[in-house]
Amino acid sequence: MLIFKGNGVYGAYAIGKASVFKRGGKAVLRKKISNVQGEIERLYEAKNQALLELEEIYKKALYEIGEANAQIFEIHMMMVDDEDYNESILNIIRTQLVNAEYAVSLTGENFAEMFSSMEDSYMQARASDVKDISNRIIACLLDKNDKKIDFGEKIIICADDLAPSETVSLNKDMVIAFVTEQGTGNSHTAILARNMNIPAVVNVGEGFLERIRDNDLLIIDGYNGEIIAAPDADTLSKYKALQKQDIEKKQLLQKLKGKENITLDGKKINVFANIGSPDNIGSVLLNDAGGIGLFRSEFLYLEKDRFPTEDEQFYSYKKVLESMGGKKVIIRTLDIGADKQIDYFNMDKEENPALGVRAIRICLTRPDIFKTQLRALYRASVYGNLGIMFPMITSEKELKQVLEICDDVKKELKKTNIKYSDKIEIGIMIETPASAIISDKLAPLVDFFSIGTNDLTQYTLACDRQNSKLSPFCDPHNEAILRLIRYSANSAHKYGKWIGICGELAADLTLTEEFLRIGIDELSVSPPYILKLRDKIRNIRLDD
Amino acid sequence: MREFEHTVKDELGIHARPAGLLVKKAKEYESEIIIEKGEKSAVATKLIAIMGLCVKCNDIIKIKISGSDEEKAEKELKEFLGANF
Repeated sequence: MLIFKGNGVYGAYAIGKASVFKRGGKAVLRKKISNVQGEIERLYEAKNQALLELEEIYKKALYEIGEANAQIFEIHMMMVDDEDYNESILNIIRTQLVNAEYAVSLTGENFAEMFSSMEDSYMQARASDVKDISNRIIACLLDKNDKKIDFGEKIIICADDLAPSETVSLNKDMVIAFVTEQGTGNSHTAILARNMNIPAVVNVGEGFLERIRDNDLLIIDGYNGEIIAAPDADTLSKYKALQKQDIEKKQLLQKLKGKENITLDGKKINVFANIGSPDNIGSVLLNDAGGIGLFRSEFLYLEKDRFPTEDEQFYSYKKVLESMGGKKVIIRTLDIGADKQIDYFNMDKEENPALGVRAIRICLTRPDIFKTQLRALYRASVYGNLGIMFPMITSEKELKQVLEICDDVKKELKKTNIKYSDKIEIGIMIETPASAIISDKLAPLVDFFSIGTNDLTQYTLACDRQNSKLSPFCDPHNEAILRLIRYSANSAHKYGKWIGICGELAADLTLTEEFLRIGIDELSVSPPYILKLRDKIRNIRLDD
Repeated sequence: MREFEHTVKDELGIHARPAGLLVKKAKEYESEIIIEKGEKSAVATKLIAIMGLCVKCNDIIKIKISGSDEEKAEKELKEFLGANF
């Protein structure tokens, strides 16, 4: 059993036989010529032939992969006709007195090199386009007719890299996955795989093809970017089960997408997503979340070795808000401390970090850090539907302090004519027993509550979350937790405010019915749970 | 000769597709059209050279037009760039 790693392009599994992609002999020989004019005519003929072929491919691609993706072949036609490209080829033929194949090959390499050396990753990927058209012209010069590729059975294509025209020439009904040694998430193979909804692993690295032969059994894990060659029986059955689950999950997804989160007797609830990085937005949208109920802003601080600037934060928040297109996005302010430590914050060592200087306590003792984040959030608010949520509140006094700082930030922005939305919702996490017990005092001050059940459990039951020996004692179904949730919900609703749950308990399907009965307005769960939760809600009846 | 500046708003900059559109457009005129970005420049009818400028979002490009139909070209190119870039 051999395992290779690359970048997974589309989350899915494939199990099947390898087919190592072969090209027609590409070796281009440098030959001296004497008849320059004759060689140039050969070149023009080959170019015309290449243009005709590209036109055909373009038409086929229009039908198979749509106009946006087919346009690359229009670009290829323009490249074949490009003045600089042609001048270079003619120049090489004339001055070096060499064959057209060699002149095209050398020109192709030079131009590809130019693209490869550009800073932009998109432009770097265009090197393969120049190589592709050059190979096509060379094939026409050599009059090779190896462009139709067909297979008798379903296969996994393994190649160094696939040129756009090569992927279009494949008989796609027979392809169940792609593996390429090179390539990126931007390469055509990747785009094609996504369009075809089949897994691909790119950038596996050199040496892969040397160790794979036609008809080798391969498992492709597009989620983790893994290829398993010659799997043993256990691994094979494990992946067959995973594949089956995956397909079932996707069918469920298809079935439930666009449907409401509504019980059999008509009670509606919002199902939102919890995420920790803008990279997760794809899966939020794919799983049809109604919004983002908890966006942990810590990633901005964790991925750096210094404080993120206001602008850096602003652009991240803006991107998230724009990507969600008007759907609610609740961003939780900095929650560092306890189990999440960052060196450059220079926090003192604490005996008991879970009960230490964390979250809002850092923000209130170091208002400069807090204000920078708030300014970025308020500035970004005009790009979507923002909610801001504060963690670890334990008293009315703290909350008032926080709201005062928000007012200061708004005043500063107004003074400098920087716009912010006046529709931002302000909320707090209910994650300490104190905040739940005084929720009737806190509700009038905010727009919403969101219950963080993980910390609420830890603090209510006096059980350290990190200590696995405590798990028998750390039962989140404990009546004490449910009472705190119920009490908080009553407090919120008494003042016309809404309440959600964003902790792990929100995804606990054994409690969904109870939460609906309590009148919880929103459940926020990690993206893969959204549709399962929707399924559960749609099968609940409350009126009996 | 006429010249004007344009700030590129397309998120990906002048990538393959808009570069292709620009080349097609530039071929409609008799005038020679040069695109400048910083110290680099390219003739607008040359696709690979235009892509080689590596123009990104928010880059400012300068367009220089000289020839018999430069007035018409300037007017139409301004509209074209505004709509596509």
